[in-house]
Amino acid sequence: MPKVSMTVNGKRVSGNVDARTLLVDFLRNEQRLTGTHVGCDTSQCGACVVHVDGKAIKSCTTLALSCEGANVTTIEGLANGQDLHPMQAAFRAHHGLQCGFCTPGMIMAAIDMVNRLGFNLSEETIRENLDGNICRCTGYHNIVKAIQAGAAAMGGLKVAAE
Amino acid sequence: MDDAPPVLVHQAITHDSAIRHVTGAAPYIDDLPEPAGTLHLALGLAPVARGRITTLDLEKVRNTPGVVAVFTSKDVPGRNDVSPSLGDEPMLAGDEISFHSQPVFVVAATTRRAARIAARLGAIEVEQEWASVSIADALSTGETVLPDYAFRRGHPEPAIDGAARRLAGEIEIGGQEHFYLEGQIALAVPGEGEAMFVHSSTQHPSEVQHIVARVLGLADHQVTIECRRMGGGFGGKESQASHWAALAAFAARLTGKPCKLRLDRDEDFALTGKRHDFLSRYRVGYDERGLIEGITFEHLARCGYSADLSLGVVDRTMFHSDNAYYLPHVEIGSKRLKTNTVSNTAFRGFGGPQGVLAIEQVIDAIAHERGLDPLDVRKANFYRDGSSVTPYGMEVFDRATLLPLVEALEASSDYRARRIAIAEHNARSPILKRGLALTPVKFGISFTLKHLNQAGALVHVYSDGSVMLNHGGTEMGQGLYTKVAQIVADEFGLPLERVAITATRTDKVPNTGPTAASSGSDLNGMAAREAARTIRLRMAEEAARRLDVAVSAIRFEDGLVHGGDETMTFAELARFCVLERVSLSATGYYRTPGITWDRAEKTGRPFFYFAYGAACSEVVIDTMTGEMKLLAVDILHDCGASLNPALDIGQIEGGFVQGLGWLTTEELVFDNEGRLRTHAPSTYKIPVASDVPAHFHVELWDEPNREDAIYRSKAVGEPPVMLAISAFMAIADAIHALAPGNPVQLRAPATPEAILDAIDRQRAK
Repeated sequence: MPKVSMTVNGKRVSGNVDARTLLVDFLRNEQRLTGTHVGCDTSQCGACVVHVDGKAIKSCTTLALSCEGANVTTIEGLANGQDLHPMQAAFRAHHGLQCGFCTPGMIMAAIDMVNRLGFNLSEETIRENLDGNICRCTGYHNIVKAIQAGAAAMGGLKVAAE
Repeated sequence: MDDAPPVLVHQAITHDSAIRHVTGAAPYIDDLPEPAGTLHLALGLAPVARGRITTLDLEKVRNTPGVVAVFTSKDVPGRNDVSPSLGDEPMLAGDEISFHSQPVFVVAATTRRAARIAARLGAIEVEQEWASVSIADALSTGETVLPDYAFRRGHPEPAIDGAARRLAGEIEIGGQEHFYLEGQIALAVPGEGEAMFVHSSTQHPSEVQHIVARVLGLADHQVTIECRRMGGGFGGKESQASHWAALAAFAARLTGKPCKLRLDRDEDFALTGKRHDFLSRYRVGYDERGLIEGITFEHLARCGYSADLSLGVVDRTMFHSDNAYYLPHVEIGSKRLKTNTVSNTAFRGFGGPQGVLAIEQVIDAIAHERGLDPLDVRKANFYRDGSSVTPYGMEVFDRATLLPLVEALEASSDYRARRIAIAEHNARSPILKRGLALTPVKFGISFTLKHLNQAGALVHVYSDGSVMLNHGGTEMGQGLYTKVAQIVADEFGLPLERVAITATRTDKVPNTGPTAASSGSDLNGMAAREAARTIRLRMAEEAARRLDVAVSAIRFEDGLVHGGDETMTFAELARFCVLERVSLSATGYYRTPGITWDRAEKTGRPFFYFAYGAACSEVVIDTMTGEMKLLAVDILHDCGASLNPALDIGQIEGGFVQGLGWLTTEELVFDNEGRLRTHAPSTYKIPVASDVPAHFHVELWDEPNREDAIYRSKAVGEPPVMLAISAFMAIADAIHALAPGNPVQLRAPATPEAILDAIDRQRAK
């Protein structure tokens, strides 16, 4: 089995994997980082979104080998000890979750959105850019509010929770 | 000992797992560390929808690398049945195939991948028979899964025939896939002797326990089911989580190894039941003002190959065929049609939404025929003094809630002015038409099966003053665990973090009902409060003895216990109680009072109370393409005195959007062979964020429950699904603008194709 090495949440990791191994399985099974979820198995629902070299990808349809040498960030790599990442804090404060299964992917997609589009996101922009992430519980309203507030917080702005 | 005003109850407290969810630290079953030697399961599926198996050759399956064992129905040690009630659902098909992709054999392998590869290699030869797939097919065969059922009042046929105005029609209502984000999963771990422990993603641990015991041929006490959380349930894990838990336990028993079964998403679509699709026929007679005088409904429900929960589901359609309207002379009939498709099951609303959609379409048809505003016809037909008894004989005792609620929303949503503005817009706009609708919901709260209306709880206070809380309800994201913890913390005057919320387990609280029928907090909140109160009273007695005051003078507040001028901490009192040999553990039990429904006699009271709500939706449709956009939604919803406004508003928003999916984009397509062709989100369109308008206002109607429900709150899980009917009726309203005065025939879901068909019909009038 080929060897794959990458940096996951700032830590160098490597393993010998079947060449077909998906990134999500490498993260969940080999690294025991189970915050990245498998929802639909076919890159539709977005529960598996992680960052590879700073960009959001769906890890359920990415081969682990294709991430050789890459810098991977998962939901577990966002908080700084007890300090939540501003986007995590915003999802919590704005009730942007219910069953929680989509939440890690939503947060990773949201941070990617900020990285691409800046801190000042309109509702419409957020809704358009969330098309790859399905939530079945919340109706998205609080997720959109959370992302708007989280983006602003990432930019150092203050948006009071409603 | 007094009942201090609640500190945590009624507050917008965040979900108990919120921090774990945002950090990825809340484990679902697939995230749990697998015990050493865990085997992974995959299923061999029937290649046809109906037929008899002539040969089953599993040689290649067994010879696949990694495969440890392959089992069929012949290997089942107990009864090969995973049905909730009637004994009509084999865990693994025997000779007879009843629906496409029905599980025939199960493979246990060292990896999930090996099991899945092997499962495809089974040679299942079948003598194929014609499969009954659609409602029309089932009507031609006459096959049903349960007897027909109807209730009736007065003389509907003469009332209709004698009415000034009459209409008749058919309403097509589609099904819905649950698409809980976490698919069906179970992990079974064999224990000492015959014991079996199963982690199951289920809304009904007690039933999973019974079914695992049945399949393994064990007593219930040998089987323990645990569920800490589900990644969504929506009814899809009420009866239909049992199958996967039973298979995992079955394979674990025969291999002696822990076994995990996680359905692939496409399999989950194909192998689990949906919301029932319906064809509902009606005849209605009414007067010039649109007041209904007589009505008949016949609900034809496609149930699939087995009964599952169809008895209760279709009964609830019947119970909600009045929605909020008085029907003087009425007959509501139903057929539970059998088809060779996966067995349809519970889905948030449990049949109620189909009944409400049917009567709302009738009301619209009346309004359109009469040239009246549908809202006026709705209000005219509301339950009112002197016309306050449902078709099933229950007095709508809380009817005074709805009219002011609807009128408040009518004002706050600016309904009348928008109605005029939309008419003006439509007069100017030949292609894009707008539509507006304001529809009410009245939803009966309680299981219509009486024995399910009970709950238990177990509370311990430890000697350091920390509290362990357990109850029979399950957490699927709705925040039940949070609400019950708020209640218990308030009983003890403790901050929330002193109450540990623990996984639902059948060995802690037995004989529970499912977490369903919106009743989770009503039932379990009461049971947990009862348990906490028992302990609190014992602690108060000990405190009173120590402080030499009356028990009535003891107060629990802010983690402290006060009596007279003296104070001790709750933890100190707990320690004193242990030293003085006072028990700090108690169970609590609750059964809903006043429920008397007798199905055979068709009399009595099925519901403890009704939950109300109303929504106003505005849409625009493109009459050339059938595209639709939801522009604005205003909701006013009745949660009684809300236990937790943040969680309740979340339920309302989420329920509305789930209902919106059911009624607009989510279309299930079975081909003539009975194969589900929409088995992934690539072909089955679930609403995304851009389908929901920015103008989405939800407010709570502030009125305590008239019944003594927990803290005078009301159940909230299911009723909001039906608020989305406002969006459907708004689409119908936009279509109506093409040929006013004619009732609109629009099938659900109102996909672009359905909208174009309805437009064609409307223009042809």
